[in-house]
Amino acid sequence: MTATTAGTGPVFHLEEEHAHAEGGSTMLGFWLYLMSDCLIFAMLFAAYGVLGGNYAAGPAPKDLFDLDLVAVNTAMLLFSSITYGFAMLTMDKGRVAATQAWLAVTGLFGLAFLSIELYEFAHMIHEGATPQRSAFLSSFFTLVGTHGLHVTFGTVWLVTLMVQVARFGLIEANRRRLMCLSMFWHFLDVVWIGVFTFVYLMGMLR
Amino acid sequence: MPDTLTKFIFGRLTWESLPLHEPIVVATFVAVALGGIALLGVITYFKLWTYLWREWFTSVDHKKIGIMYMVLGLVMLLRGFSDAIMMRLQQAIAFNGSEGYLNSHHYDQIFTAHGVIMIFFVAMPFVTGLMNFVVPLQIGARDVSFPFLNNFSFWMTVGGAILVMASLFVGEFARTGWLAYPPLSGIGYSPDVGVDYYIWALQVAGVGTTLSGINLICTIVKMRAPGMTMMRMPIFTWTSLCTNVLIVASFPVLTAVLSMLALDRYVGTNFFTNDFGGNPMMYVNLIWIWGHPEVYILILPLFGVFSEVTSTFSGKRLFGYTSMVYATIVITILSYLVWLHHFFTMGSGASVNSFFGITTMIISIPTGAKIFNWLFTMYRGRIRFELPMMWTVAFMLTFTVGGMTGVLLAVPPADFVLHNSLFLIAHFHNVIIGGVLFGLFAGIAYWWPKAFGFKLDPFWGKVSFWCWVVGFWFAFMPLYILGLMGVTRRMRVFDDPSLQIWFVIAAFGAVLIACGIAAFLVQIFVSIRRREALADPTGDPWDGRTLEWSTSSPPPAYNFAFTPVIRDNDAWWDMKQAGYVRPLAGFRPIHMPSNTGTGIILAAFSVALGFGLIWYIWWLAALSFVCLIATAIGHTFNYHRDFHIPAAEVTRTEQARTTLLAAQG
Amino acid sequence: MKRFGALLLLPLAGLLTGCDMVVLAPAGDVAAQQRDLLVVSTVLMLIIIVPVMALTVFFAWRYRQSNASATYAPDWDHSTKLELVIWAAPLLIIICLGALTWLGTHLLDPYRRIGRIEPGQPVTQLHKPLRVEVVALDWKWLFIYPDYGIASVNELAAPVNQPIDFRITSSAVMNSFYIPALAGQIYAMPAMETKLHAVINRPGTYSGFSANYSGAGFSGMRFAFHGLSDQAFDQWVAQARTASAALSRDSYLELEKPSENEPVRHYASVDPDLYGAILNLCVERGKMCMNEMMSIDAKGGLGLAGIRNTLPLQYDKLARRGAVFGNDPSYVASICTAEEAAAAARAASDATPADWPMKNLSPLRGAGLLRPGAESRRAEADAPSLGLLRREL
Repeated sequence: MTATTAGTGPVFHLEEEHAHAEGGSTMLGFWLYLMSDCLIFAMLFAAYGVLGGNYAAGPAPKDLFDLDLVAVNTAMLLFSSITYGFAMLTMDKGRVAATQAWLAVTGLFGLAFLSIELYEFAHMIHEGATPQRSAFLSSFFTLVGTHGLHVTFGTVWLVTLMVQVARFGLIEANRRRLMCLSMFWHFLDVVWIGVFTFVYLMGMLR
Repeated sequence: MPDTLTKFIFGRLTWESLPLHEPIVVATFVAVALGGIALLGVITYFKLWTYLWREWFTSVDHKKIGIMYMVLGLVMLLRGFSDAIMMRLQQAIAFNGSEGYLNSHHYDQIFTAHGVIMIFFVAMPFVTGLMNFVVPLQIGARDVSFPFLNNFSFWMTVGGAILVMASLFVGEFARTGWLAYPPLSGIGYSPDVGVDYYIWALQVAGVGTTLSGINLICTIVKMRAPGMTMMRMPIFTWTSLCTNVLIVASFPVLTAVLSMLALDRYVGTNFFTNDFGGNPMMYVNLIWIWGHPEVYILILPLFGVFSEVTSTFSGKRLFGYTSMVYATIVITILSYLVWLHHFFTMGSGASVNSFFGITTMIISIPTGAKIFNWLFTMYRGRIRFELPMMWTVAFMLTFTVGGMTGVLLAVPPADFVLHNSLFLIAHFHNVIIGGVLFGLFAGIAYWWPKAFGFKLDPFWGKVSFWCWVVGFWFAFMPLYILGLMGVTRRMRVFDDPSLQIWFVIAAFGAVLIACGIAAFLVQIFVSIRRREALADPTGDPWDGRTLEWSTSSPPPAYNFAFTPVIRDNDAWWDMKQAGYVRPLAGFRPIHMPSNTGTGIILAAFSVALGFGLIWYIWWLAALSFVCLIATAIGHTFNYHRDFHIPAAEVTRTEQARTTLLAAQG
Repeated sequence: MKRFGALLLLPLAGLLTGCDMVVLAPAGDVAAQQRDLLVVSTVLMLIIIVPVMALTVFFAWRYRQSNASATYAPDWDHSTKLELVIWAAPLLIIICLGALTWLGTHLLDPYRRIGRIEPGQPVTQLHKPLRVEVVALDWKWLFIYPDYGIASVNELAAPVNQPIDFRITSSAVMNSFYIPALAGQIYAMPAMETKLHAVINRPGTYSGFSANYSGAGFSGMRFAFHGLSDQAFDQWVAQARTASAALSRDSYLELEKPSENEPVRHYASVDPDLYGAILNLCVERGKMCMNEMMSIDAKGGLGLAGIRNTLPLQYDKLARRGAVFGNDPSYVASICTAEEAAAAARAASDATPADWPMKNLSPLRGAGLLRPGAESRRAEADAPSLGLLRREL
């Protein structure tokens, strides 16, 4: 950063181009996006908090939830976060193939999570516990479903990034994007911990 | 079979959906269609399409996007105001057994559309446009943090506006009031497309607003010129920062609550239904958790404008900069703790009501401090009563009245007798017109020369000013009185003839305001015609204090040939005092983002998606959704989003300005 | 400009004296106290508003550019003393106003029984409150007098200087029950009950209406409120009793259908359970009442066996449709008869009127379904559970 030194007067401007590093705001921007997304989840949690006990003389959480299945599901998502962490470590070392492999494993865990969740939903709907049956079920399906939709988009994004890494390598832009997805993925994990505790565990205690 | 096919292709859209039986709507449609065709014809005749597409629609330049936001706000102001004057006319004549000229089906759409349009598609674009144009210039940046996102945000806002406008001619708009309280807005009581238009227009525009908020926060936090610490930021930038924090922290709430309403309407969930355990009161709470910060989203940037204007035209440093900043921050935080004052009458109990009443009153302390700060900025100044300053003084006199009635409404027992009355209507128009709109006109008159290189014509500006100010008092003081007479809002017909005179006075005020709007349009037209005489080659027509006045008017694409170094919160004033000399040589290539049409394409798909969802045209919704995702993914494969302006071109541009300044003497 | 303004003010002042500012001159003690608070708050705020406005005009005039004699201090931008004053002055006002608000809000809480008929005349044992049950319908008002067994549409009457206890609900959408001359408003919401306690001090006819937009017929949702002497009120009741119509569940369902600008109507008798049924959305027979549903939910719902306990909705207030992707409109079927539900609701109502409807009702008899909380509920529900599926996994 060199500045003009025209005589001894005050400095009014920079001589050199003052480079705001490309993508310098991306991490902050993505954080802000995540926080705004977090607010959407907060609203859905609040709705569940208000409506979660309104069964409309229908089934309650303990009639519907199967904690073992949800535990398996939670494990899938937590594993996917760990494997994403490995992908980031290998990315730091610049190893393309290993990064891709870890990303693929992450994606598979994500898909497993989604499959189990869809299976759970299908089963509940088959039993008649549809989102329309009671306000509790409306808010349950919306909260968990919104999280599931996020994981779906995350998976699509993951595949896109794998294609881009394959085509362009671990260039600066791709590293930044992988960092963003990493934040997104871990964020979904944190939200899921909330869902698991607040909806499933506390639901069974209700 | 053909019936099924038609149903598949058009969903619930039929010939009956076109409001051909409403002569007013048909006439409007003909007028709009003719005007539209004429406009398109002119653009085609002068071969402007390529120019518009290349230089404006696909532009990622924050200045051009800011100006496009202002144009959107102005166009929608005309629509929103036509709704207003139709309401005033209806209420002025619907007495003594007369039904007026609007049936309830039409009238109820009008007051809903008026509220929605004025808040979301007039005030928001104006405010966003002003921030977009001014903030990067004030902080010495070349553009915003995410220029493409900025273009996309703008077009999403336009997309929402297009959906609202479409509802006028295809189908109908919501008949629920601007916040669409369930159960009335539920599928059971509003089965037609109106509420769906409402939901999808706001969702599409809301995406744009949230992203624009994120963008401007990043810009202000990350892109400030060297030396500009947080406490050296111009006050408008400060208020913009707080506004965008409010946007990012409140619009997701709107998105979530409207999504739940949409689920209730589309899937039959039971969030806000009466039966099956739903809870309509939750909607009222959630929407006001967004709705109250929204009020401050609108007013805070204008507080910034008034600060800049007062300080500039008083030729004086802003009094109490630090306390101004803290007042803004306190307002930002407190605006989340007051939402319940919009429904004291829902029966929350005395302790809850008093808590929210008192927090509301506390907001008036920092607001009052701000008013005093402007007052003491004027004290011992040399006040030039140019147009922006006139708006500011009018604001200070008008807004204090609105603020007072606001605090009055925050006293729960007083609110019990005034809630939903015309007193309330008068109050919020008093703060929104007297605060937001006066501020916007001050801001437009203040920064117009920066945007276009010539001042606005003062004569027509003054005509507009007096029409607006006098018109405002005539239009809304009667509503205060009517509120005290126990008249409630959203009434279509009246049976007490003694009220009529007040409605007639209010209608007269609305006509004066119409003259004010017309005079404003004439002002723009006349100023463009007289641009040579009104030209300002210096780039600093008002003896400005902040950085935007240091560059040329209009600023070059790169804003500043060299990144400025800041030593004071009145950066440009300080530079002038210290003997600033414009650099004439040594220019370097400047790194800039390139234009892209992706934003407009994505927004177009979003509009199609919304339209498909509104009319149950599922193939269209699915197709546009797939296209939306595909385009977004496709866009990420474009890694070349920037270019360098060569040093020679920068030199040429700066040389031209040097010549211009020299000609000036 | 100034002369023009002054000329305009004259007829305005004339108009002002001519109009009836009911909010500022109400006929009920509650509204009068609310008015007092309004006036006091305004005066308190004027203490600061008037100097601000005067200073604005004065500074704008004094420091105009053409006035070269005024001091010009371009760099003066801070004064700790002034800052202290401009933060402290509003703060003091708000402290006063806040204290006033806290007191006023609690004293004038619409849920609180009124303590006085008029200034200096406290409520005694002699003042037996008149109970009125208010139902906001699309688009008219139904008033039920449980003590007299009569009801009226779009007309309300009450004796002067006698406390009135309103219980307010709505049949479909949100409304707001407001008689400006009597007392402040309170929302009327479906499946919920709000309360209002008030008294009317001067005989006369006042207007009442809905103050919350509720749909097409909203403008016509007005009613006359008669403040009557005791004698006149008895006459009014006697006259209502001569009406031919009776308000039963069936005639209520007929009345409930949307209609606009309804004329005044009286009912000589009212089904005593009707208001409770309206409040709990179970006027139609076979529908589960909300209080019953809430008590079941509080005990953990009806389990998987309750899932299919819904029936398609036969009766529609409007041309009601279900959501496009949802099932057809339906309701939860009651597991006890309407009479049992009503009796339970009455029992609960008599027990603690203040908290009615209450969550825990006396035990209800299930019709073929197991009570919530019964043991081995899970085992008996024969739908496949997720536990079985887990084993398959």
